[in-house]
Amino acid sequence: MIRLENIDKSFEGESGTVVAANNVNLHIEKGKIFGIIGFSGAGKSTLVRCINLLERPTKGKVYIDGTEITSLSKKELRAKRKKIGMIFQHFNLFASRNVYQNIAYPLKYRGKSKSEINKKVNELLELVGLTDKIHAYPSQLSGGQKQRVAIARALANDPEILLSDEATSALDPQTTKSILKLLKELNAKLGITIVLITHEMQVVKEICDQVVVMENGEVIEQGDLFNIFAAPREGITREFVESTSNLSKIYELIEEKRAVVQTKAGEFIIRLRYLKRNASESLISYISRNYNLDANIIFGNIELIGDNPIGGLVAIVSGKEEDIYAAIRFLKDKGVGVEVINNGVLA
Amino acid sequence: MESWLNEIMPNVMNKTPELWKSTQQTLYMTFYSGIISFVIGLIIGIVLIATGPKGIAKNKLIYSILDKVINLFRSIPFVILLASLIPLTRLVVGSAIGTKGAILPLIFGTVPFYARQVETALAEINHGLVEAAIAMGTSPIGVIFRVYLKESIPSLVRVTVITSISLIGLTAMAGAIGGGGLGDFAIRYGHQRNQADITYVTVIMMLLMVMIIQSVGNIIIKKTTH
Repeated sequence: MIRLENIDKSFEGESGTVVAANNVNLHIEKGKIFGIIGFSGAGKSTLVRCINLLERPTKGKVYIDGTEITSLSKKELRAKRKKIGMIFQHFNLFASRNVYQNIAYPLKYRGKSKSEINKKVNELLELVGLTDKIHAYPSQLSGGQKQRVAIARALANDPEILLSDEATSALDPQTTKSILKLLKELNAKLGITIVLITHEMQVVKEICDQVVVMENGEVIEQGDLFNIFAAPREGITREFVESTSNLSKIYELIEEKRAVVQTKAGEFIIRLRYLKRNASESLISYISRNYNLDANIIFGNIELIGDNPIGGLVAIVSGKEEDIYAAIRFLKDKGVGVEVINNGVLA
Repeated sequence: MESWLNEIMPNVMNKTPELWKSTQQTLYMTFYSGIISFVIGLIIGIVLIATGPKGIAKNKLIYSILDKVINLFRSIPFVILLASLIPLTRLVVGSAIGTKGAILPLIFGTVPFYARQVETALAEINHGLVEAAIAMGTSPIGVIFRVYLKESIPSLVRVTVITSISLIGLTAMAGAIGGGGLGDFAIRYGHQRNQADITYVTVIMMLLMVMIIQSVGNIIIKKTTH
């Protein structure tokens, strides 16, 4: 569907050349929700703008549906852009136009009759659930409603691709959820390919099928959502993954020497990571029964990614030392990542 | 009524035909030079914003030439502009004096000021809107009309009001080349012959014009701001 080949993009800034994309290669499949995550300045905004050529890459080629759009004429490119919707962090609605006029904007001056436009606008408003706001002006809408109007506007020409540039970053968590839910529904209902950039792993976790992690203009890690969460390879990916759970809090607690993590002899603090798709097995009660251990779970974070549970636990286990080691071996055999954070003896 | 008016402003009542004529001259100069200046100024303002550093058709050469020409004309005092444009006016209008002869210098005095104001008004447009429009396949001409101009109507009206009012002020100097108008009327009688009532009445006439322009502007701004 979308293919980026050897994309380089650099800007001439006041303090020299800034490289925003460095030899980026990406393939985005039709009908997927594709997430690009990175901290600000990682080059993700530039990269997404290379897909509809709001930014022209310094080097490299962009293909959409097999057409190399980097070699299209200006007129052909404008026609192509009509089939690529885009939504933005700050909505970018036209303040002088009401909801109806904003959504009708991409439909106008294209030889469509008034009744056709009318019908389409009403369909789109129904789709995003804002039929009652048709005559409101953007200044009268909440952030979430503005983004819904922006989504409706982006869908006006029945695009096959929707680019989302931090579309939920200016919204509160509740509204973010509802917008993500809407995007997911649109993806399912219309089969539209969504490319979404964000700095929040929570957003990626909520709706993406595929994830790309960017840093300093480079793609440093790529994979399907489960693999990225289960086995992040790069440090920055791990940071993003950790940001969505509370498990890493254990390290802070140990550093602060909090009472709850003061272990006695024979007590181990272990962290389990469910790497394979196995978290549905009752592993904790199994080791507790068969190795005669007591397990006190202090943090737990298990979520469904797609249909697969993923996450981990931090637990204090106590019992005989050899039994604890045997249990750890058992867990590792089961494909669970085990990290011994503190083993009584050291404490 | 008439006797009362004769009492409080005898000089004005003596010259009512001339007062009306002067008013008409001021309106004539303001209207024609205004219309032409606004069209030209708007076009130059658009070119400035389009070719400027953040524009949709960046062009350093065109931008910097326009930029410097505007600065040059804005720094020439209007009285000097009036005199130095005489040869050009004669060429274009056929006569360098009279009300007609004042129009060309008024245009030269107004266009640079208005173009700069238009540029400032259009520069207020959030670049995100331009980006969104381009992403929806809008052509550069479409961006100018459907985004820049459409979205900045309130600001454009505001700067048009300011420029119109300052243009009325400029017409007062047209007397220097025999252009007539209220300013000239006030200087000849009110100032030079010390007929203070004439000065007061002309000020009131100009005040009325300013108030009408300002209120019409405010109404349009109110209607177009959402």
